[in-house]
Amino acid sequence: MNRMLPSVENAQTIAESDAVAVERTLAGDRDAFRVLVERHSHNVFRLAYRMTGNRPDAEEVVQEAFLRAYQKLGKFEARANFGTWVYRIAANYAIDRMRQRKKEEARKVEPVIHEEGTENDPVTLVHDAAPTPERLAHNMELRKQIEIALAALSHSERTAFVMRHWEGCAIEEIAAVLKSSSSAAKNTVFRAVQKLRLALQPFVVKGTQVRAMGTES
Amino acid sequence: MKHMTEEELIAYREGVAAQRAVIANHLAACEECRAELERIEAVLAALDTLPVPNPGDDYGRRVWRQIAPRLPERPARWWQAWFEPQRLGALGTVAALLVVAFLTGRMTKRGPIGNDVANKEQIRERVLVVAVGEHLGRSEMMLVALSNAEPLNPAQKQVNISAEQHRAEDLLEENRLYRQTVLMEGDANLASVLDELERVLLDVAHSPEEVTPAQLKKIRQKIEARGILFKVRVVGRELQERQKATKPAPAQKDSEESERNKA
Ligand SMILES: [Zn+2]
Repeated sequence: MNRMLPSVENAQTIAESDAVAVERTLAGDRDAFRVLVERHSHNVFRLAYRMTGNRPDAEEVVQEAFLRAYQKLGKFEARANFGTWVYRIAANYAIDRMRQRKKEEARKVEPVIHEEGTENDPVTLVHDAAPTPERLAHNMELRKQIEIALAALSHSERTAFVMRHWEGCAIEEIAAVLKSSSSAAKNTVFRAVQKLRLALQPFVVKGTQVRAMGTES
Repeated sequence: MKHMTEEELIAYREGVAAQRAVIANHLAACEECRAELERIEAVLAALDTLPVPNPGDDYGRRVWRQIAPRLPERPARWWQAWFEPQRLGALGTVAALLVVAFLTGRMTKRGPIGNDVANKEQIRERVLVVAVGEHLGRSEMMLVALSNAEPLNPAQKQVNISAEQHRAEDLLEENRLYRQTVLMEGDANLASVLDELERVLLDVAHSPEEVTPAQLKKIRQKIEARGILFKVRVVGRELQERQKATKPAPAQKDSEESERNKA
């Protein structure tokens, strides 16, 4: 969890002044919303970048997230946290955006026949995206590998991983974005890490293999 | 002893494990599972090296500039906010009544358009045209005054523009109201001029009360760059023309209507 959290006292002050800004915006003071945009843009950008993997899409997600937040502000509950709320909106939009991208790209490229269930099969996906470790180890640096491994995750897995591992979001928040149960969201986090591990471990720890799971000693 | 599964260790590492204490106890006692957890952590640590570009210190401001023109006047609750007492006070009674008139007018629009409805439509439009025309006139005066503002005596370095500022604040309130109303009426051209005017008014309203000649020059340049005075004059003239065109309905219709009202 690498989310840069301000001290508890700070976080509370920010949440309170967020609530004031929300109220003022709802009362017709459009400039009050500017405070919220300026305060939360960086965090939302980081989330969006990690989810989409590129800057133009991330910037679009940020803009759209704040536009939607403004439009839906009447539904925002005063006791909720604006930062968390706009995160959720951004994550929702980023998932839609990634799916849309995928469709657009599928249309551009030759039609590919998808086998049923392929998307959820970790082995197939990792192998599709990352050719043999030997070849890649010579050709690409770790960073490229990471990008590939992340890109090979399903949209849900990437979202769950980014929100949990990097943004420290609560499982309930992730479940809300994925429109799933909490236990399903936990499982998605696990699948994401497992796939990333399969793809990256050869480049990270030389000569180690994933241990057989749950073995008796 | 049964080792922890990969799933349990990942859940533990990501802080979502149900039986956190059980796993922690096992880890304390089992070297093999600790080694496995370390391998998982090594992968996650590698993932953490992936950089996120810094969008820049002014990123928040940039986002605001990009979205501000696309924001509707107010969020979903806007129509409720019009009727909040403190708001009605701030807006001035005439302007507030105008909004009420237009909101009720919009509802009658949906019914069959009889003569009296068409007649009311005309009256409504006339009221709006006159009101917006006057608003533009007042804005023009303020902008001209600001363009001519000078230090009271040449020895002073600062120029006091507080009078223009207060007028800009009032005009800003009015302007938002008219822009919203005009937009609802479907007059996109007029709405866009009001939108530009609003940004200038906002700039003026948010300037310091005392400005240096250099700051004042900047404000003037902004006003000039937008050509806003020119646009305000052109639109003001157009509205005067429209006002002539939408004369009150002929007397016959008026009497028809009043008879119907008696009935
Ligand atoms: Zn063990």
